[in-house]
Amino acid sequence: MAPPAQSQRSQSPSQPSGKSEVSDLKHQLRQLAGSRAPGVDDSKRELFKKVISYMTIGIDVSSLFGEMVMCSATSDIVLKKMCYLYVGNYAKVNPDLALLTINFLQRDCHDEDPMIRGLALRSLCSLRVANLVEYLVGPLGSGLKDSNSYVRTVAVVGVLKLYHISASTCVDADFPSMLKHLMLNDSDTQIVANCLSALQEIWSAEASTSEEAAREREALISKPFIYYLLNRIKEFSEWAQCLVLELVTKYVPSDSSEIFDIMNLLEDRLQHANGAVVLATVKVFLQLTLSMTDVHQQVYERIKAPLLTLVSSGSPEQSYAVLSHLHLLVMRAPYVFSSDYKHFYCQYNEPSYVKRLKLEMLTAVANESNTYEIVTELCEYAANVDIPIARESIRAVGKIALQQYDVNAIVDRLLQFLEMEKDYVTAEALVLVKDLLRKYPQWSHDCIAVVGNISSKNVQEPKAKAALIWMLGEYSQDMQDAPYILESLVENWDEEHSAEVRLHLLTAVMKCFFKRPPETQSALGAALAAGIGDFHQDVHDRALFYYRILRYNVSVAERVVNPPKQAVSVFADTQSSEIKDRIFDEFNSLSVLYQKPSYMFTDKEHRGPLEFADELGNLSIGEAAHNVISSQRVEENDKDLLLTTAEKEETRGSSNNGSVYAVPYDSSTSVFASQTQIESAISNPTTAGHSQHASFGIDDLLGLGMPAVPDVASPPQLKLNTKAALDPNAFQQKWRQLPVALSQELSLSPQAVAALTVPQALLRHMQSHSIHCIASGGQSPNFKFFFFAQKYEEPSNYLVECIINTTSAKAQVKIKADNQSTSQAFSTLFELALSKFGTP
Amino acid sequence: MISQFFVLSQRGDNIVFRDYRSEVAKGSAEIFFRKVKFWKEDGQEEAPPVFNVDGVNYFHVKVVGLLFVATTRVNVSPSLVLELLQRIARVIKDYLGVLSEDSLRKNFVLVYELLDEVIDFGYVQTTSTEVLKSYVFNEPIVIDAARLQPLGPAAIFMQGTTKRMPGTAVTKSVVANEPGGRKREEIFVDIIEKISVTFSSSGIY
Repeated sequence: MAPPAQSQRSQSPSQPSGKSEVSDLKHQLRQLAGSRAPGVDDSKRELFKKVISYMTIGIDVSSLFGEMVMCSATSDIVLKKMCYLYVGNYAKVNPDLALLTINFLQRDCHDEDPMIRGLALRSLCSLRVANLVEYLVGPLGSGLKDSNSYVRTVAVVGVLKLYHISASTCVDADFPSMLKHLMLNDSDTQIVANCLSALQEIWSAEASTSEEAAREREALISKPFIYYLLNRIKEFSEWAQCLVLELVTKYVPSDSSEIFDIMNLLEDRLQHANGAVVLATVKVFLQLTLSMTDVHQQVYERIKAPLLTLVSSGSPEQSYAVLSHLHLLVMRAPYVFSSDYKHFYCQYNEPSYVKRLKLEMLTAVANESNTYEIVTELCEYAANVDIPIARESIRAVGKIALQQYDVNAIVDRLLQFLEMEKDYVTAEALVLVKDLLRKYPQWSHDCIAVVGNISSKNVQEPKAKAALIWMLGEYSQDMQDAPYILESLVENWDEEHSAEVRLHLLTAVMKCFFKRPPETQSALGAALAAGIGDFHQDVHDRALFYYRILRYNVSVAERVVNPPKQAVSVFADTQSSEIKDRIFDEFNSLSVLYQKPSYMFTDKEHRGPLEFADELGNLSIGEAAHNVISSQRVEENDKDLLLTTAEKEETRGSSNNGSVYAVPYDSSTSVFASQTQIESAISNPTTAGHSQHASFGIDDLLGLGMPAVPDVASPPQLKLNTKAALDPNAFQQKWRQLPVALSQELSLSPQAVAALTVPQALLRHMQSHSIHCIASGGQSPNFKFFFFAQKYEEPSNYLVECIINTTSAKAQVKIKADNQSTSQAFSTLFELALSKFGTP
Repeated sequence: MISQFFVLSQRGDNIVFRDYRSEVAKGSAEIFFRKVKFWKEDGQEEAPPVFNVDGVNYFHVKVVGLLFVATTRVNVSPSLVLELLQRIARVIKDYLGVLSEDSLRKNFVLVYELLDEVIDFGYVQTTSTEVLKSYVFNEPIVIDAARLQPLGPAAIFMQGTTKRMPGTAVTKSVVANEPGGRKREEIFVDIIEKISVTFSSSGIY
């Protein structure tokens, strides 16, 4: 409802704006309040409608609260509903008056009509007034047991509302376990779905403080419960199906036959008319088969048709959402869609956001066989009336050219663009020709012939002008007029507003000078003089630099300004593969549309239910994992996974913009150093001291404080594998499946607290104890780590979640183990390792 | 999870506004409208159906010139929300007969009734016109379809499909039964063919 404070907003003449109407209403309501005359309900309806319409357009009618409550003593359900709406809207700002309504709402909660019971209960829970929660517990409790399913549905959501007003009241009244009971036993699937939504929210919020809630939350993705939901999936409403499917993506089946069972069961969901159901099913299929390369490819084939249907049949908004997802898939498997390129042709009446995505799709699916057709289509769009789209299509042609397919035909097309004599077409094409020449210098002859004919006067956009000037400089030996064109540009120096263009002009004149000195000399002199006098710092500096280097030695200047160039083979990809994988994990969410992982655009408390994956993914992948994964890469046959881990190392440095958690910034060399150090410490204790020394040096450089000497001498009953290997996905799966074996709080020594300035310090220390970090993050004073260790010569894993608060010098440790019986021994080992942290 | 739902007119007036979770600040409708009206990002002139301003995600669909908007702070499934907005528009149309600014303004109490049952605390409950019938008590105030201005001959060249003259068969609720409880077993199919052609100014293509 519009807020009362907005009343000063400009209103259209038809809308009343003032106080007199409100006081008038107040007067009329008073008159009706006590009346029992026939037809009074009708007049009340009219008045209530007026009140609510004022409320909607933003007029503050909260002063009528008392009168509205007085008039609410009625049996007319329409009136009641309007009154509930009004009360729900204003109770929060008028907690005192809200108390007035409790009485009649509670009475209505016992009404004979289930509709009124439900409505009253909903309104009661929607008051959002903290000091009234005591009045909610009773009606909610009986609502959950009501014989009518409508009332129960409302009550379940009511419990969630209560939880948001006062979590403790809700938990103390034992509502979560009542919801659990309903979820497992109620025959109405909407109630089951509401229970699931409510419990996901409640348990996720409680999980950080309560062991039990964390366990309950994990039980939601246990086999029996998932099967219970899946077996009834068709009874759920389409929206609830989305909820169930989202939950299923988090379930980790134990073997491949289970995977096939689930996929067979959900197969027909791909034909659902609701795009949300289809996308949720697609996500299940993709996630389930991630580790099965062949099946994963078949899934792409299978989901193709339903997705393409959604693109062409739904509203433009829906196509936009689906196309974004298709784009993500195409980036992972371009060949799958290469024969369906015609689906991505633009229609004239599509909104530009859809057209844009389609252009991106066309670029992405282009390959040897379809490039000609696609480029022909794109060239049609260059004449489009929608100028931004026309520009985009030219850029798309350029991108395809840079992908190396059938360059021949494309260059011709681009050159035709240059002759179209439309400013924006020429401008875009110039920029592209420049990029093309950087990649395929062999085309220079054809291009230059055309570019030479373009009058620089017709090119106004800075980017295009800069591109033209660059070509003039670079290919001045092939262009007859190059020195003269440059000269005339230099003459108009003062009229050139873009610093970028002026910078390019300086460089181009220099290059031209080295190739054709006599013709360019005067232009160079003028350019340098103008450049040195330029008010723009960069232009000034560059001109001065050129001037001085020319005076110093002309041949050196030539080597600096115009060295022989290598053709660019690949233009840099802007997005790291790590980010792309995170986005893929968040399939069917906003991340795909924004092309950002969720932590970049959501606050922590709004990550949605079951955010464990976020939690772990958010932390940077620990260095230990990188080292060990490299050894097992060969076995990993999933192409995508392989790509991820192989590329992560190069990209992680740049991927932390906006992230809460810092990416480890130490170079991998230091990691290797410490790794070899452990190995040598084991094999040859006498040299250990030396190699440790070396790694200390690196640590000090990084300012991390001194890590402890690895204590090889301590005699553990449990021997750990120093080169344990576990990939992050396996870790996540295990972490979800295993119960918590041990949970304890450890104290840290003051030295340890002092040493823990960044997470990396502890990682390295723990690694020297054969406890490897898989993910870490946080900033002082709160750090969070996920460690793992493996038993020596046995594939038995220990997983640890360790939350350290340096102000209280406490560490919260949760240990999970494949083999529960040895978890105590491991815990001792872990405690020992942690206690040595910070002691030199 | 949806935080707010609202319908804005072309001028940006709130016609209907429902806050389900009070997680998003109250001024969201104005922030949204300003953003859509003056969309300038990535060289585009038209706002995409989904965008994010200060951590709030705005979803919108355009139906008969009205903006149906949902907001949330959570990373939800965009196709779910967009589908839902379309569906809400359809349900409202089923009840009101004609979906227009005028009919919405006249029937906003009925619309609130519907919205209360369609979404509760941000979670979708039902969008079935049939199921909703038992929860809705207000009588629609019917706007006469014939009063709508017929569109000029140029209308067929206008972009989008939103400005088509509604025939009487279209404005009638699909699920409504014939009076007297007799069910007619009929299906109406609209066949709409779209052709994309590019002409040059000289008429050659």
